[in-house]
Amino acid sequence: MQAVIEQFAGRIRAAAAEKRPLRLRGGGSKDFYGQALEGEVLDTRAYAGIIAYEPTELVITARCGTPLAELEAALRAQGQQLAFEPPHFGTGATVGGMVAAGLSGPRRQTAGAVRDFVLGVRLLDGRGDDLRFGGQVMKNVAGFDVSRPMAGSLGTLGLMLEISLKVPPRPFAEATLKLELPQDKALALLNQWGGKPLPLSACAWTAGELCLRLSGAASAVKAARAAIGGESMEPDAAERFWLAIREQTGLFFRSGKPLWRLSVPSIAPPLALPGEQLIEWGGSLRWLTSNADARTIRAVAAQAGGHATLFRADDKGAGVFAPLAPALAKIHRNLKQAFDPANIFNRGRMYPDL
Amino acid sequence: MNDQFRLLDPVRQAEAVKALRTILPAEAVLYEQEDTKPYECDGLSAYRELPMVVAMPANEDEVGRILRACRELKLPVVARGAGTGLSGGALPHGKGVLLSLAKMKRILALDPVARTARVQPGVRNSAISEAAAPYGLYYAPDPSSQIACSIGGNVAENAGGVHCLKYGLTVHNVLRVRACTVEGEVVEFGNEALDAPGLDLLALVMGSEGMLAVATEITVKLVPKPETARVILAAFDDVEKAGNAAADVIAAGIIPAGLEMMDQPATRAVEEYVHAGYDLNAAALLLCESDGTAEEVEEEIARMSAVLKQSGAYDFRISRNETERLKFWSGRKAAFSAMGRISPDYYCMDGTIPRKRLGEILMFIAAMEKKYGLRCPNVFHAGDGNLHPLILFDANDPDELRRTEAFAGEVLEKCIEVGGTITGEHGVGIEKINQMCVQFKPNELEMFRAVKRAFDPENLLNPEKNIPTLHRCAEFGRMRVKGGQLPHPELPRF
Repeated sequence: MQAVIEQFAGRIRAAAAEKRPLRLRGGGSKDFYGQALEGEVLDTRAYAGIIAYEPTELVITARCGTPLAELEAALRAQGQQLAFEPPHFGTGATVGGMVAAGLSGPRRQTAGAVRDFVLGVRLLDGRGDDLRFGGQVMKNVAGFDVSRPMAGSLGTLGLMLEISLKVPPRPFAEATLKLELPQDKALALLNQWGGKPLPLSACAWTAGELCLRLSGAASAVKAARAAIGGESMEPDAAERFWLAIREQTGLFFRSGKPLWRLSVPSIAPPLALPGEQLIEWGGSLRWLTSNADARTIRAVAAQAGGHATLFRADDKGAGVFAPLAPALAKIHRNLKQAFDPANIFNRGRMYPDL
Repeated sequence: MNDQFRLLDPVRQAEAVKALRTILPAEAVLYEQEDTKPYECDGLSAYRELPMVVAMPANEDEVGRILRACRELKLPVVARGAGTGLSGGALPHGKGVLLSLAKMKRILALDPVARTARVQPGVRNSAISEAAAPYGLYYAPDPSSQIACSIGGNVAENAGGVHCLKYGLTVHNVLRVRACTVEGEVVEFGNEALDAPGLDLLALVMGSEGMLAVATEITVKLVPKPETARVILAAFDDVEKAGNAAADVIAAGIIPAGLEMMDQPATRAVEEYVHAGYDLNAAALLLCESDGTAEEVEEEIARMSAVLKQSGAYDFRISRNETERLKFWSGRKAAFSAMGRISPDYYCMDGTIPRKRLGEILMFIAAMEKKYGLRCPNVFHAGDGNLHPLILFDANDPDELRRTEAFAGEVLEKCIEVGGTITGEHGVGIEKINQMCVQFKPNELEMFRAVKRAFDPENLLNPEKNIPTLHRCAEFGRMRVKGGQLPHPELPRF
């Protein structure tokens, strides 16, 4: 396996010497996400496999090219899970790609996002240097936290070779409830429930119907079911339902219109935008399929205290990610320079100049 | 311990005072020795240095202007909250400005529906939970100094606490940090939504020890207060057995609200002090807490009890009410102050290890006790592998002080060797800066320096902390040459 690393490092050094872009890629399941795809592909799947898994330490370490499905199966066998429930968006998703994309699924609402579970990374920077940050332990404040910001960096800072993740246990019991509610009422209730000790682990509202998932101790799930009411979903149907939300395979996501991801404070009122919406994360995540212009959508998101991402679209001319304030953009450029001085990694994937 | 004493430069001081007085009222600029003396150290009092000037801004605008003035004069700036840090992160710079954020202690907004609080950096950790209590909410991270420590300091150190296995560290509970850059410009890391566009700089700023920016406003998450909590106090006749029991609880799919361990010397020291009712014959005690709704707690306590009995706990008590729960906890919570009663001084370490290596590390510590002739009781966050061995010494005896430092250094390096880290939650500061040279390779340290330059190209924000220079590592390497092989052979030696 060391030979694979040396091969990767050799390609990085050669590309850096010629300032030639490299496109870091696992299974390619998230090629749709982000701005431009530029450069020659460096396929990370050559470096695959779980390196260490200690269920009693709640830590797994895997190589970047490990299929995400393989990692999840290993965890499931020990009654553990990736609590942030990452979407695969295809059969070939890898662990490295999952962390680089930084996308979390329905359980993110209360469990936390990818970055919250990253404990350490080993990476090759833009010089081909082999570096380790963080570690395999739960608490670690030695040096700057370089590992967590790798989540969602879209491969712009380095080639993650190995990643250590915190892996909590699966809940003892789960139940899914369905309630008929208009959007404003659903948002009000979600925020109200969020302030109570209820075992809510996911929600999805669309077209007047709110689905809620409860996860935890059997007694807590039972008590919450009684308190919330609504109609219970069969376990198999519930599993299929949440999988379709996570993988965006449901009807809502197949409208053919551009798909926007609006990340806003949970208390933001219903957003007045043309198109259909699907709400997750207790009100904090609003999916929108709409032909409205980017400027309007971004303005509405900003007005609500958040930001809008053009998640899936044929035309990304409007920019995928919301523009950064000048002071932040400057820090981004400086960090990119620190990690990737020749600007070779996933050039232009996040922002045209990053 | 302080080898960095610098002579005060009166000309520079006059320059700094003059510049700061154009920004702040006279009483907010301190420079007479009797006024600056209280700021000479933080919670790690073995290291002391008088700041050249202390500046006490009252708002963000003043922070920005102070930073601009300091940058113009090339003055180092060390930000300080409540000064309770344990690694010397807020140790002043003798040629710089100590920026005390203590006056910025207002809770700006608390939204019980959104479950967030927007606060100034000088707000005390527990003041947030107190303000949120009427709504059934609280701020989860609970470092042991929470009644005094400030949220700004918690951000700087990514503070933990006894409940962080279940509820997370500061990084998991902060949504947004508004800060001034070294240029005095206001930036926002994160926002009031769950994520922000671009790189996750919020994660990078957490635990950055005031070296990247100065926080002026912090938005924290508030979570529902658990309805009830109960704790199991389990006694073991063997330390390793207790460590394995902690692993068994987790293997059973349980994440306890708290999972703490104390060894016999620690138990004996605290029992005499607080009378928590601990079994003095136990080689180790484990505190295992469950919180949630009454039904949930009952279910989890039953599950925990079964595991702990199976794992060989010979004595076993479950708190029957809140008074008893607090009594069981009182000894653990008083562990540090109890050490202060049985020894003139104590030195608290903060390494983290993979829990399965606990037996090995405790044996190592026992060997070090003999080698250095010093006692070292242990308290341990068993859930997450974070160790707090406490070396007992007398600071008035220079040789004991020297032995304590050497003892601590060896333990920290052992933590690295078993796959852990030199600091779990207290930070590197000035205290563990040498061990950074052991934990990280030269090119990794260089990356840290590059990250620092990305925010602070002139190295003015809390310089000389956290990330050692090449030169410092070379010096440290020279002191600990092993087998004739110098670390960092690529460096020039001078």
